[in-house]
Amino acid sequence: MKGALLGPQQLKVTLGAAVSAVGREGPLALVTCGWQEREDNDEDLPGQLGRKTINLKLYERGEQVLAADKPFAKAHRARQDQLRQIQEFYRLRLERTFDAALDIARKSAGTDLEADELRLSMEQIRRIDQEHLDRVSALREAYEVQLRPRERPVIAKHRKELKEILDSVGLLAIAGGHVAVLLNRLRMFGVKDLLSDHALVAWSGGAMVTGERVVLFHESPPEGFGISEVLEQGIGLHAGVLPLPNPKLRLKLEEPLRVGWLSRRYAPSKCVAMDQGDFVLFDDGKWFGEEGTVLLKEDGSVGTRWTDVQVKQ
Amino acid sequence: MTPELAIDKLKKGPHDAPAVEAFMNAHTFPLVEGGKVTFVFRGQVEAVHLKSWVYGLPNSQPLHHLKDTDLWHFTLDIPPKSRVEYKFEIVRNGNGQWIEDPLNPYRATDPFGANSVVHGEGYTIPEWTQVDPDARPGTLEPWVVKSKAFNDTRGFLVYLPARFRKTRRYPLLFVHDGPDYVRFANLKTVLDNLIHRLEIPDLVVALTGSPNRLGEYADDERHARYVTEEAIPDLEARLPLIGQPRGRCLMGASFGGVASLSTAVRYPGFYGRLLLQSGSFAFSDIGHQNKRGPAFEPVVKFMNRFRENPVLVADKAFISCGMHESLIYENRSLIPMLQTTELELKYVEARDGHNWENWRDRLREGLSWLFPGPLRMVYE
Repeated sequence: MKGALLGPQQLKVTLGAAVSAVGREGPLALVTCGWQEREDNDEDLPGQLGRKTINLKLYERGEQVLAADKPFAKAHRARQDQLRQIQEFYRLRLERTFDAALDIARKSAGTDLEADELRLSMEQIRRIDQEHLDRVSALREAYEVQLRPRERPVIAKHRKELKEILDSVGLLAIAGGHVAVLLNRLRMFGVKDLLSDHALVAWSGGAMVTGERVVLFHESPPEGFGISEVLEQGIGLHAGVLPLPNPKLRLKLEEPLRVGWLSRRYAPSKCVAMDQGDFVLFDDGKWFGEEGTVLLKEDGSVGTRWTDVQVKQ
Repeated sequence: MTPELAIDKLKKGPHDAPAVEAFMNAHTFPLVEGGKVTFVFRGQVEAVHLKSWVYGLPNSQPLHHLKDTDLWHFTLDIPPKSRVEYKFEIVRNGNGQWIEDPLNPYRATDPFGANSVVHGEGYTIPEWTQVDPDARPGTLEPWVVKSKAFNDTRGFLVYLPARFRKTRRYPLLFVHDGPDYVRFANLKTVLDNLIHRLEIPDLVVALTGSPNRLGEYADDERHARYVTEEAIPDLEARLPLIGQPRGRCLMGASFGGVASLSTAVRYPGFYGRLLLQSGSFAFSDIGHQNKRGPAFEPVVKFMNRFRENPVLVADKAFISCGMHESLIYENRSLIPMLQTTELELKYVEARDGHNWENWRDRLREGLSWLFPGPLRMVYE
């Protein structure tokens, strides 16, 4: 797949430039379900994207599914509750381990033994992340085996309609918003499997959910240290880069400790910060045209022109 | 070793006119040096006093005259991150006059006027209290409720978030002294910013006032009835509000804190959230006497009753108080009482006084704790 990942678009709109750079002609399919009830407030997007758009209306379709298929809705909500619970327990475990890691980092004077301790802390955190991912993935697989969503008539009907729309376009654009809702709806209708040779333009939350895994982050929340956390696996339309939109608001790029930890924690994925209007292009595993984006490095520094680095798949 | 203060250097050396001018040109005032703050006044006067309202310090402290100059000075220990409001009293011809510090550009305003403000080392005005051009502003709509409790009509303003939609359901924040919160604590700007940053969800906020706050806010049964049986039902009938305890929060400072707590006590189970700032929670351990004046008499009776039988008044409460205000004693005393109930409580102290900027600076922590926003899940 080829495409573009972008930062937020409220203050600096670069969607048109990204679509041009991706180079597909014709109308595009649009996903704005992350905006939830405001899904249809998309009137500005055709102008910004420079194309005719067809909104897939995944939020509205999802609401129709939940209203029409009560057993599915009940099981779906039960799974959401389970996911929320698992996330809370994971967060508790993570916070305790992170506190210990921070204490060790504060006490460290740079000896080899302390460096080993810090490495051990990072391994523990990465293990907790991976175990959480495995647990959530297992729950999702069990749910899909049990409920067979795509075989349910109401979902199958919507998928057929979605396939017709997607077959008529060469480009899929995914806006940001609530990432759990985005993931949920993209999965409910199996959108990935309805794509063929489509290109992707995804911004903010849209860029996050289309990667390998979705990481929630905010380093200056009203209270606490602001530890990032893994939500679950992404849709997997691109790989190798962990998009971190809106760093001005959410990251502390001036603090090497945080930058280094974030980078090492999610390696081998490259943590890439994307501020308003920044974007990067990808094509079949190669990343280029990193307009304004910033790479977080393992040594705690940040760098531009990072696509000179070959990203591993 | 503590570095020598600039004022001490001036005192030691020749302090002729050029030396004083050089000292004045080299610094801004009040002069903050670590935990020490030097207040300076220049003028032909008989005396100058520092007037402040810091609990534990004298209300009036004389500035020292630097011989053969028109410079007066006084150095005070002020811990890091403190905010202190003050005035100077200058004495001319035997008459005292209270003025703001002419050398200090920082002012804090309140319904009674303005004070000068000194910021201790490390204090900065929180950026989320200032207008953010990126944040979409909410609107203020006029609202009128007929009140049987007061046998009159009450008008107030209602804040609607920028993306208000009738198809959604919003929590309601009912604010006592709402217009003062907007004017002196930037509440509207704070709401716009915190909502924009997703640190709190979209909220509807009733910004109410009272024509007789010292009377009506002091555990007046009519006030509790007006709020709970008239104003809030009217708001819930005409606006898309959650309409359940978890979506109802009472908020207030000083006597507004008493009004919030006493209203919740009178209607247990109706309110789910409380935000109480520097509440005037006066009480007595013996009898009902108090040293604070007649306005506090009903408060003391109410608090004494509540202290005898602390009941669960909400699911969550955020309480803050300034360390520099005398009410710190009453607020600290309230916390263990509330902790005996199942109330989920967050209590915060700040090195500040009984003033609107103290209350402003705690809003982010209080509101986001009572109503956490979707900042971790939403990336637009």
